[in-house]
Amino acid sequence: MTEKLTGAQALIRALELEGVDTIFGLPGGCILPAYDPLLDSPIRHILVRHEQGAGHMAEGYAHVTGRPGVAMVTSGPAATNMVTPLCDAYMDSIPMVCITGQVPTTAIGTDAFQECDTVGITRSVTKHNELIMTADDIPLMVRQAFHIATTGRPGPVLLDLPKDVLQNQMTWHWPTDSDVEDSLPGYRPTTKGHPRMIKEAARLILESKQPVLYVGGGVLKARAADALRELAELIDAPVVTTLMARGAFPDDHPLCLGMPGMHGNATAITAMQKSDLLITLGARFDDRITGRVNSFAPDAKIIHVDIDPAEQGKVRRPDVPIVGDCRLVIEEIIKALRDMLAGGEKQADISAWKSRVSGWREQFPLHYTQSEPGDALKPQYCLEKLRDASPEGTILCSGVGQHQMWSSQYWKFNEPYTWVNSGGLGTMGFSVPAAIGAKVGRPDRTVWAVDGDGCFQMTAQELVTASVERIPIKVAVLNNSYLGMVRQWQEMFYEERYSEVYLSPELPDFVKWAEAMGCVGIRVESPEEVEAAIEKANSIDDRSVVVEFRVDAGEKVFPMVPAGQSNDDVILHPAQSSQREFLR
Amino acid sequence: MSNGHPAHHILSVLVENRPGVLARVSGLFARRGYNIFSLAVAPTEDPAMSRITIVVDVESSPLEQIVKQLFKLVDVVKISELDPRRSVERELMIATVRVPAEERGQVVELTNIFEGKILAVGTEAITVSLDGSPEKLDDFEELLRGYGIVELQRTGRVALPKLDKEARSRVAKGKAS
Repeated sequence: MTEKLTGAQALIRALELEGVDTIFGLPGGCILPAYDPLLDSPIRHILVRHEQGAGHMAEGYAHVTGRPGVAMVTSGPAATNMVTPLCDAYMDSIPMVCITGQVPTTAIGTDAFQECDTVGITRSVTKHNELIMTADDIPLMVRQAFHIATTGRPGPVLLDLPKDVLQNQMTWHWPTDSDVEDSLPGYRPTTKGHPRMIKEAARLILESKQPVLYVGGGVLKARAADALRELAELIDAPVVTTLMARGAFPDDHPLCLGMPGMHGNATAITAMQKSDLLITLGARFDDRITGRVNSFAPDAKIIHVDIDPAEQGKVRRPDVPIVGDCRLVIEEIIKALRDMLAGGEKQADISAWKSRVSGWREQFPLHYTQSEPGDALKPQYCLEKLRDASPEGTILCSGVGQHQMWSSQYWKFNEPYTWVNSGGLGTMGFSVPAAIGAKVGRPDRTVWAVDGDGCFQMTAQELVTASVERIPIKVAVLNNSYLGMVRQWQEMFYEERYSEVYLSPELPDFVKWAEAMGCVGIRVESPEEVEAAIEKANSIDDRSVVVEFRVDAGEKVFPMVPAGQSNDDVILHPAQSSQREFLR
Repeated sequence: MSNGHPAHHILSVLVENRPGVLARVSGLFARRGYNIFSLAVAPTEDPAMSRITIVVDVESSPLEQIVKQLFKLVDVVKISELDPRRSVERELMIATVRVPAEERGQVVELTNIFEGKILAVGTEAITVSLDGSPEKLDDFEELLRGYGIVELQRTGRVALPKLDKEARSRVAKGKAS
């Protein structure tokens, strides 16, 4: 029996069949036809205040659930507002499907009202995109989009739907898995690692005297946290988790060294520098990790596991490249190691290495100077208190800048998928909408957004969305009246010449603003008020809460490897810098 | 290798014959900072597929990275790197040369020696074509230059593996994400 549907009805039905439960979006002219059948669909639609918010919400949702986030907006300016979240999702490998309206096929290319070349504009910020020219193609294109977004190295896929394609009649059909595969002859991600390479990796691991597991976001994407833990404990090697991988390995595990990189801790940075083997799992040798590449981990051999073959050798040539899914490859490496150990081979003695690493940890804990009574509040102190008072399993989201680095440094991530941030693109304003998306994905969890005053002012209006849609999140605004990270660079590298970084100490009034958006607003100005404010915020479940912490503008993030410099030249907190010879 | 450009490599890229594919490929080269030396595109024996023959300039970036990034495009089905010693290459050139009627015979003779064709003759100019290996075209172009080239267009090379030996391919046949 043939069933006739409009393109719009087919779209919504296809999304339902793909298991979509939530769409973040905002309607407009060309996408109007798709919003009509949405009224009859069980899919929840969350009406945002700005299309960028819809994109970041979809990302936040995808981060915490592992399922693709879906955003739907209209053509032209709505599509261009989506470019930032698409690029953000592309950089951080977030599975996302974005649906944009387009002017009717007959008007394409005429500079029609709200027309833009969406597929052209988004080509370099999506894993794939398509302009759908006939309604009959919709089911297959939707299936392809979800398949591409979620397999291989995940990423955003955009479908551009002209208005007449949504209005036209089509004969409903639902492609099978093999239809989808056959329709994509050029898309065959490699998931299983090469057996010879896996053996080779196992051999290097057994020989290494100074191994480090260098863990990136790919481990989370591959849902490989359990396998990683098994591998780390089997070989008893220290683990560093990059900004994108915080939570992939528990921070309170004795093998966990925390975050390496530009603002990583001295131990994680130095352990990588001095290592003789970096077991690289789903990480991509980002410049924020390596510092100056030619002086990065000079004595280390490299095992590089990544599902994207283009990452192999892009920055650092691996000794053992393994293309594959991190979870499958780690499991195979564990198997190979167990076989070799059972066959009588022995792992090299790494005890000297481990005691050297422990020495660094003792010598160089994260450090900040507590404020004296009456002095300005320290942002790190606020985060420590927030960490200690928040329920287990709390999801932490952050914007971009100093507050992001302090969050990553001072939080204890003991569970995967509890940390949501914009790593690759560094998108200011990510935090509030991402936290809303995270809360939609995990309504059972407490979701805290840590934000700076600069970031917050970019996307705060989505708290109206949160209030109207009854999505209660909590926001900690670390207000230092500055674009803090830029200020830090101007202080350190531009001779304290502060250019266009001072925002305002009084404007906006964050408490009133929060209240105007239907949230509870709390202001904290001294250390004594911190705990009570956090306790109050944690006790409110029926509304969003914004806590403004007025913090010390002079506080800087340490350690720091200045851009383009060697990790050997990491700048420690001034209180520790006299001990730097211990890092040898 | 050939053409006096030792850093040039020939990539034969099989793609789905769909709108926007060329934009994806050329956009990737632009975005990643790779240089295209020449580019030729046309459908293959299978109308669902097109073959893009790209001569890449890899002084600026390793070939391996180009190939891997290209492979990530969903529309790219197969990539072969063709070794000039084990492949046949052809290119077509059309040139209009300014030449007075009394010297025209010299250009005609030259074209005949190269086994080219005379496409059009005017009072003060002549248009000739030549197909062949890129080196042969280089030589012909050099000789025509002495007469004064008004306009010249080359197609960029197309190439296929030689039949006696298989084209050496640096890339596995499997596809990547």
